[in-house]
Amino acid sequence: MNFKTIILASATSLLLAGTAMAQTAVKIGVLNDRSGIYADLSGEGSVIAARMAVEDFDAAGKGITVEIVSADHQNKPDVASTIARQWYDQDGVDLIVDVPTSSAAFAVADITREKNKIFMNSGAGSADLTGAKCSPNTVHWTYDTWALAHGTGSAMVAEGNTKWFFITADYAFGQALEKDTTAVVEAAGGEVLGAVRHPFPGTDFSSYLLQAQSSGAQVIGLANAGGDTVNTIKQASEFGITQAGQALAGLLIFITDIHALGLETAQGLVLTEAFYWDLNDETRAWSERFAAENGGAKPTMVHAGVYASVLHYLKAVESTGGKETEALMAAMKATPTSDPLFGEGMIREDGRKVHDMYLFQVKSPAESTGPWDYYNLLATIPAAEAFRPLADGGCALVAN
Amino acid sequence: MFELLGIPPQALFGQLLLGLINGSFYALLSLGLAVIFGLLNIINFSHGAQYMMGAFVAWMLLTYTGINYWWALLIVPIVVGATGIVIERVMISRLYHLDHLYGLLLTFGLALIIQGLFRNQYGVSGLPYSIPAELSGGTNLGFMFLPNYRGWVIIASVVVCFATWFAIEKTRLGAYLRAATENPTLVGAFGINVPRMITLTYGFGVALAALAGVLAAPIYSVNPNMGADLIIVVFAVVVIGGMGSILGAILTGFGLGIVEGLTRVVYPEGSAVVIFVIMAIVLLVKPAGLFGRTQ
Repeated sequence: MNFKTIILASATSLLLAGTAMAQTAVKIGVLNDRSGIYADLSGEGSVIAARMAVEDFDAAGKGITVEIVSADHQNKPDVASTIARQWYDQDGVDLIVDVPTSSAAFAVADITREKNKIFMNSGAGSADLTGAKCSPNTVHWTYDTWALAHGTGSAMVAEGNTKWFFITADYAFGQALEKDTTAVVEAAGGEVLGAVRHPFPGTDFSSYLLQAQSSGAQVIGLANAGGDTVNTIKQASEFGITQAGQALAGLLIFITDIHALGLETAQGLVLTEAFYWDLNDETRAWSERFAAENGGAKPTMVHAGVYASVLHYLKAVESTGGKETEALMAAMKATPTSDPLFGEGMIREDGRKVHDMYLFQVKSPAESTGPWDYYNLLATIPAAEAFRPLADGGCALVAN
Repeated sequence: MFELLGIPPQALFGQLLLGLINGSFYALLSLGLAVIFGLLNIINFSHGAQYMMGAFVAWMLLTYTGINYWWALLIVPIVVGATGIVIERVMISRLYHLDHLYGLLLTFGLALIIQGLFRNQYGVSGLPYSIPAELSGGTNLGFMFLPNYRGWVIIASVVVCFATWFAIEKTRLGAYLRAATENPTLVGAFGINVPRMITLTYGFGVALAALAGVLAAPIYSVNPNMGADLIIVVFAVVVIGGMGSILGAILTGFGLGIVEGLTRVVYPEGSAVVIFVIMAIVLLVKPAGLFGRTQ
């Protein structure tokens, strides 16, 4: 390096230091499954989504430097808490986003509260995150078991499918989903004829399907997720369950699952999601940019939730001019949310983000124009009805 | 509602048949493991990954070249078996003079690498593979609706298992193989190329795994973890049958499939552990396995 470059370099750094006076530096940790069954619906796609939020917000132009780090929690709560602790204590992370798998999400929520940082969840399902186990430091963005049970459950019962049988993954999430959906079905005058709890994860579901078939139920509710759901649906089609007139209700299905199943097998399924890439011009434009970076695969609702939550967080950083946790949480809850993917919405005092949910039906191969063209919109569930009423959650933050 | 004594006979037949179908996969996979262990003394932990490769190569043939299921049944075992031969020549053959544990660690490492590569390329959600048109649909047996494809799986599995057993136990080639495992030096002295025979045996064991993968592709999700989920159960099957026993692997595979199927009706929560409970009992009572010989 000669003398001239040294001069130039120091001049540049002086200039940079000058503008940096008003700068805030925030560090965002994307913590999710990067190798297991949820890697496609969260994984690297969530990192891409977070990066897009930073670009779209033009953080650099507004004097906010954002650094994004990511890690694999392998769907294990112990791994998740170790990483979260290290991020907060040593790496200076201010915000953790995504975190699928409810047990891991609970672990991260506890540590975030202890360290007084912020946790914006997109990937996990348990409605307890903003219910009995709510925290002043948690925002639950995309969906939860209550919303799924009510969306799909009510719609199926309303069509006259009152007799249900559940195929349930035998762990906390599956049982919660079965319980929530049973409540919906029974409240609507329906009846649950039986349930079978299968070990998680499973490979062959034909035995359970046969039991469901002989139960005489009109609907087989699938209270499982990921590969288990894919296999159950695949085998239901093979055993002629749907052709014989029984309907399948997938209670948690992501668009990546439909992609894995193929429309031939998945057609006709009714499901609830918070986001679909083909909803409107804005979601299409965003999803196209996302797909270009994600190997052509369209975003899931989890990816969309990561994008929107990071965007809302950055707005709060801009408006409060700092990153003090109480001020940021207050600002995020006080300001209505607005983004191209979920439209207008708000964050309630229990940390639940509310927006419209959508009831979709999977297209037949003839209706679809190509890969990722999978859903017909059946109904829009308005934000006010989509999520559990504030008073029913049992959250200590909610004033009585 | 499905009490122990309340199972209607019709449902019972249905579940027995389903158990037999799952047993077909256990039998095919444990057969490959038993052949490899019996003749090479290698505990092939990459068997699950090779089963997964079988399903993936079938998918690639269909997607990239349009080669259908029937040709895949022939081509895939050859292709995946060839990769097995390369692995045996390049790596495993260096470990024969060492303890079993080294072979186990090597093949386990290979399994992780293979799964990681596929995961990186294809993600984890799985890929669709349709049932061939000739076998779609099903037959109403009165007590259940049997998809034609599942019927085909049972037949294919029984035929392959019997042919393998026959080849190893009843033919001259099988006699050479068995002799070579007893005393490779002596067999070599008769002018038989023992290392080549061992290599081909490993390739054949891997080809069996790949064949099971092709059979599984239309009914299970084709994803990089599909073998990892299954391999532990298959190892339990091999241990129960007796390490290295060909007939033991086949009969135990089918038998445990049925036991597991019945558990799914009586007490589904326990269906994942029933095989391991049986394994523990068998190990206590007959440590060499049901069909194994104590050496």
